[in-house]
Amino acid sequence: MRKTTLRRGCAALATATSIALALTACGGTTKKDVANEGGSAAGAGKADPNAELKKGLTVGFLPKQVNNPYFTTADKGGEKALKELGSGYKEVGPSSATDTAGQVSYVNTLTQQQVDAMAVSAQDPGALCTALKQAMKNGIKVVTYDSDTTPGCRNAFVSQASAEDLGRTEVQLLAKQLDYKGEIAILSAAQTATNQNTWIDFMKDELKKPEYKNMKLVKVAYGNDDAQQSFQQTQGLLQEYPNLKGIISPTTVGIKAAAQYLSGSKYKGKVRLTGLGTPNDMRKYVKNGTVEAFELWDPAKLGELAARTAVALSSGQITGKEGETFTAGSMGEYTIGKDGVISLGKPTVFNAENIDRFDF
Amino acid sequence: MTVVTPQETPVADVPTSSGTRLVDRVFRMRELAILVVFLVMIAVTQAGNSEFLSEQGIKDLLLNATILVLVATGQSLVVITRNVDLSVGSTLGISAFAAGTHLQGGGNAVVAIALAVLLGIGFGLLNGLLVSLGQVPALVVTLGTLYIIRGIDSIWVGSRQITAADLPGGFVDFGSGGISAVPYLALIALAVLVATAYWLKHFGSGRELYALGSNPEAARLAGIPVRKRILAAYTFCGALAGLAGAMYLARFGNVDSGTGNGYELTVVSAVVVGGVVFTGGSGSVYGAALGALLLTSINSVLPALGVSSVWVLAINGILLILAIAVDRIVALRVAAALKKRNARHG
Repeated sequence: MRKTTLRRGCAALATATSIALALTACGGTTKKDVANEGGSAAGAGKADPNAELKKGLTVGFLPKQVNNPYFTTADKGGEKALKELGSGYKEVGPSSATDTAGQVSYVNTLTQQQVDAMAVSAQDPGALCTALKQAMKNGIKVVTYDSDTTPGCRNAFVSQASAEDLGRTEVQLLAKQLDYKGEIAILSAAQTATNQNTWIDFMKDELKKPEYKNMKLVKVAYGNDDAQQSFQQTQGLLQEYPNLKGIISPTTVGIKAAAQYLSGSKYKGKVRLTGLGTPNDMRKYVKNGTVEAFELWDPAKLGELAARTAVALSSGQITGKEGETFTAGSMGEYTIGKDGVISLGKPTVFNAENIDRFDF
Repeated sequence: MTVVTPQETPVADVPTSSGTRLVDRVFRMRELAILVVFLVMIAVTQAGNSEFLSEQGIKDLLLNATILVLVATGQSLVVITRNVDLSVGSTLGISAFAAGTHLQGGGNAVVAIALAVLLGIGFGLLNGLLVSLGQVPALVVTLGTLYIIRGIDSIWVGSRQITAADLPGGFVDFGSGGISAVPYLALIALAVLVATAYWLKHFGSGRELYALGSNPEAARLAGIPVRKRILAAYTFCGALAGLAGAMYLARFGNVDSGTGNGYELTVVSAVVVGGVVFTGGSGSVYGAALGALLLTSINSVLPALGVSSVWVLAINGILLILAIAVDRIVALRVAAALKKRNARHG
């Protein structure tokens, strides 16, 4: 589930960007309104950064799937922020992460209930568009989080982390554990997974920096997000490279399979493992010393930022245009990037000290 | 295909006719062939990478094969009766989760394993009843139960998952532990395998499975309780899939609603590569176990040699086709030899 979220999120982002690019590219020859659709659906009004945050608003959260621990954590974060801001929260959503038709009807429900804003994690970048545009026409502010729609169908997108941040920080995390020397390998998902490959490219780029001159990436292995295959690929890496010191696994399935293998083998504690994982999956391995630290964004923060963005939009502080800034409470100041994308920032690092504070 | 001469009395020590001895010898050859392929593969890999057969390496090889060996043992009984059980992957998944929830609630490990096996027996009985009473092709029935069990699993499990932190440390350690290079899980699988093979070879009810698969009609006329035997084969297969589920949990420490998805095809491949002929009536569980060992080892050999894992599926497919071709040729040869001998004695 969570791995799909990861992948979907990035796929959606990639599609959104490419569509936006395509649309801007033909903007010169087509009608003006088509070009306008390319950017985020910034409202007609002007942003007033000094506008006061409204109270008593209702923000509806529509995750990809309800009862999914990842989204439950995210939405709880949103609820907390809204309470703090004096606004109301509600959550609706389909019980299956692939029930796109169900999600569309939930958008319509929220529109009929005349909420002030909605935060949506889209199952599909295009399928929700008509319903979301209808909502925006009715004055409802639309924020997407975790998984984006095409930029024209929402006011802003709260992105969990940029591909560049994820790729670079994973290398930094491992390098620190290895004292910047030794052979390392990557255990990825499928050879064709777009998001994984983007992250791996950033990892390779990061490794070119002079401080990593004593570290060598010897191999990228593919475990196809299957426990048994990831196991055997990890075994293969360790046999093929007896001097291997560290493994980065940028997939939640891969990292937990590799961790389970390492924790039951003679390599436990000798070969360092890091990557993207969830605290619940990894808790045991962090506690038994197999894994020192790994990372992921904090879904609660993601939900909180989505809620604060929604309120800022409804209050007129921002409209979703590039370059606008707003203050998201205690989270600090955020600037809206290209296509109305707001990036949550660097991923959260989990280690033995803080892992028990997270449950997702 | 090949006909194992139905024995007059379904008891052990029947004086073997020259015909059965020939068939026996051929099949021992068949198993030997897989063993040779396996050993050559291991030797080549060891020559290319001296780390491959370290203590850890041998342990990994055995552990990788264990779960597949168990499920393949059960599956081969069903295939010998000229049926198939496609629901083993789903059964494995749901039993693993059942055992996991029990352990998560602080339950006893032995009870958890028993729970997994019982659940497997339940689904095995269901399959057996549908196939034997309904007289419907096993392929369709078990395809149906594959989806039904997976459906129940999805509804029950939802987005929950069992992680290693939920399980008692001893249980997970048991999954990766062992006596020097021999893992505990492999010992369990070996015990099951030997017992099954012994029963299949030396007990009347075991021999009857072969008779049943060779010619169901003749078996019925000979007074073999066809339904009872088929039911027993399916129940046994389900039980082993359940046990494999508990082992999966101990080994991987992580179960969700997708666990075991698509596993049935790997199992069927192992069985067929191991020389259990899909048209029933021949093959042995040792062969199936060797087939499982061979298939899982390819997955370990390629990474150890640094070959891309993309090749694994293609190589598995080639092995499968080769196995079927060999079986076909052997069957034709044996049939011809038996005919000639019978004509001479006739």
